Amino acid sequence: MPDSVLLSVRGLSKSFAGHQALAGVDFTLRRGEIHALLGENGAGKSTFIKTLTGVVRRDAGEVWLEGAPIAPRSAEAAARAGIATVYQEVGLLPNLTVAQNLFLGREPTRFGLVRTREMRRRATALLADFGLSIDVGAPLGRYPVAVQHLVAIARAVDLSARALILDEPTASLDTHEVTVLFGVMRRLAGRGIGIVFVTHFLEQVYAITDRITVLRNGRLVTERETARFPRLELVHTMLGHALAETEARAEPADRASQKESGTPVLQAEGLGKAGYLQPIDLTVASGEVVGLAGLLGSGRTETARLLFGAERADRGRIRLDGKPVRIAGPRDALRHRFGYCPEERKTEGIVADLTVRENIVLALQARRGPFRPLGRAAEDKIARDFIAMLDIRPPDPERPIGLLSGGNQQKALLARWLATEPRLLILDEPTRGIDVGAHAEIIRLIRRLCDEGLALLVISSELEEIVTYSDRVIVMRDRAQVAELAGSAVDLTAILRAIAAEAAPAPVPEPA
Amino acid sequence: MRVLRSGAPQLLAFAAVLLADRLASPQFLAVHLQDGRLFGSLVDVFNRGAPVALLSLGMVLVVATGGIDLSVGAVMAIAGAVAASLADSYPLPVVLAAALGTGLACGLWNGFLVASLRIQPIVATLILMVAGRGIAQLITEGRIVTFASSELAFLGGGALLGVPMPVVLVLVMLLLTLALVRGSALGLMIEATGGNARASALAGIDTRSVTVAVYAWSGLCAALAGVVAAADILGADANNAGLWLELDAILAVVVAGSSLLGGRFSLWLAVLGAFIIQAMNTGILLSGLPPELNLVVKAAVVLAVLLVQSPRLSGLTLLLRKP
Repeated sequence: MPDSVLLSVRGLSKSFAGHQALAGVDFTLRRGEIHALLGENGAGKSTFIKTLTGVVRRDAGEVWLEGAPIAPRSAEAAARAGIATVYQEVGLLPNLTVAQNLFLGREPTRFGLVRTREMRRRATALLADFGLSIDVGAPLGRYPVAVQHLVAIARAVDLSARALILDEPTASLDTHEVTVLFGVMRRLAGRGIGIVFVTHFLEQVYAITDRITVLRNGRLVTERETARFPRLELVHTMLGHALAETEARAEPADRASQKESGTPVLQAEGLGKAGYLQPIDLTVASGEVVGLAGLLGSGRTETARLLFGAERADRGRIRLDGKPVRIAGPRDALRHRFGYCPEERKTEGIVADLTVRENIVLALQARRGPFRPLGRAAEDKIARDFIAMLDIRPPDPERPIGLLSGGNQQKALLARWLATEPRLLILDEPTRGIDVGAHAEIIRLIRRLCDEGLALLVISSELEEIVTYSDRVIVMRDRAQVAELAGSAVDLTAILRAIAAEAAPAPVPEPA
Repeated sequence: MRVLRSGAPQLLAFAAVLLADRLASPQFLAVHLQDGRLFGSLVDVFNRGAPVALLSLGMVLVVATGGIDLSVGAVMAIAGAVAASLADSYPLPVVLAAALGTGLACGLWNGFLVASLRIQPIVATLILMVAGRGIAQLITEGRIVTFASSELAFLGGGALLGVPMPVVLVLVMLLLTLALVRGSALGLMIEATGGNARASALAGIDTRSVTVAVYAWSGLCAALAGVVAAADILGADANNAGLWLELDAILAVVVAGSSLLGGRFSLWLAVLGAFIIQAMNTGILLSGLPPELNLVVKAAVVLAVLLVQSPRLSGLTLLLRKP
């Protein structure tokens, strides 16, 4: 049925400063279809959406909506043409009322004055259509994110959208809210609206979508019906491993496969936070590397942040050497000799204006407090030692760290935590965005630290990498812990299977 | 040496302004000793510039955390009113403790609003900027309170080894602040907080306490400036004491090369910035030009400083320099 095609994209391309973010992507959305757009970080999903809706200018390619070519120059133009986008951060105005948001820019007027009562009546009627009965005269910001999403969707649909793009609408919703949203999505699809659904939650993909398109490195990898796309294959496709290939590449790890595990340094029991991370159990022993694997958004970073106190857990407890400790913030974690290199190096790691030396001593100095300064001589020595030990380049401790390459910044951040002589070090994507040489060095470093008796928790999207250095691997999916692999069970295939497993919670082997 | 090199533009600017002053008034650089105190236009620059120099010592720390303190002028008025009201009934240490304590309390209030309630600094300190002058008027009961205490008056008009007391106080505060901030790790923590608050908090820095501390210090510096201003005129004028001086203090900090986005700061350059501004004021007064021109000249200097600091412009000069 060719006439069932609603939106057709052919050869969409976009490059930023020489980097091909989108390379000739084809995409087809049919009437009444819910279509998942999937891919890992940097796959090109958001570039695709932005290019499609004219937020950024496309380099090449064509977009047809209901058989007519369109070339919107802005999100508003795209919405007028019939393609509306609702982003994760809703993009409405929280200080205006619900009704004002719904009719922003098209308020019913009489003699140039806004007819507030008429607007509210129509807003109420519109939302009733979505099963939402709220006071439309109240500021939008007073309502939970789920309601704000529904309002944004209602506005988009009322603007005569025929294609609706939902960019991670469920990222901050709880289970019930997701159900409500899915109800609305099904109803809209029933009316013939085509919905593009971007998400990281595989459960949701299988719960609601009809079709899946996978992007990787800016290219279309595959487009298939959801029912005919087994999970395992989907995960392989997203991560870019051919099935046969993974078996061969799964390195026989050089770990002494039954390394007598040291004493547990950290034990987290039922640690979690409502709407953030489902309770997890986790043990890390000294001299052990525990890998946290999972797709983007699966709860890996969330786990790290709860452990370090960057986000406060509302359930469960943490034991250190068997004794319960309270971690209410990074300062508590630092006092207990935890270290945490966050994923967002630029925004959460480095202080760009400060020198390499100052960045390295920052955490150690923070633990000593402001009135026990290390002193310049000690700072110089620490900086020099770590610059030499980690081979930070250029080896100038007085250079602002912002001028260093990503890999060297990462090493300096590692140095910041190593200088505190931590017992537990959490590394979130330690090798992201750094060149190949530095990559290998950091992996060597992780192994060395572990040999020196440090307890390490490492998060990485590079599964091969996790397999090479982890003694145990904890697999996360949909913000929950789904499996734990230890010893010889740690291999690529097993991790992939765990990531792709069905919703029924996989048995979690108890680590003795 | 390194310190001097980092302040080269400011030192050059100061020299240029002094030279211009000298051209406008041939007597400008003449200094003479009389009754154990140095006199002359040049001495006046430092003496008159002292209140703003004191303010900028606090302001530069606040700005380094990425904040701003608009209330310092009003805090001057409050502290001056407190000092003048108590001066004739209590000994000087009590008077000073009361005035400085009031300033400290004002600073803690600002710090509480900014650090704990997360109100934007410009709005949080605007509250006290507006309300503070009212508080000062309540203390003086709407009058200009005068006093006769020679002890307090000494802080404004006296001299130590020939150096006017206000200048002595600036030096003392500069050294004290340097010891407190650079002698400890506070300076690093302030710069880290201003440079990247999230990263600093994740590195274990107590960014909230750091923020409260800088506003408290700013309040204290402002109170001392208020005491000096009151001691100078032997009275407290709640309406006019410290009026608009918060802007001069911010200007001094900007002239010192601090970014209003936070980060690196230099205490002595902030003080130098205050004296550069005062040298311009004095110069215009001496030259016989209408004092209204003062504001225009200041504006021109700000523009010049900002142009020098503009990343785009420095890129341009680099381009021009390339053959």
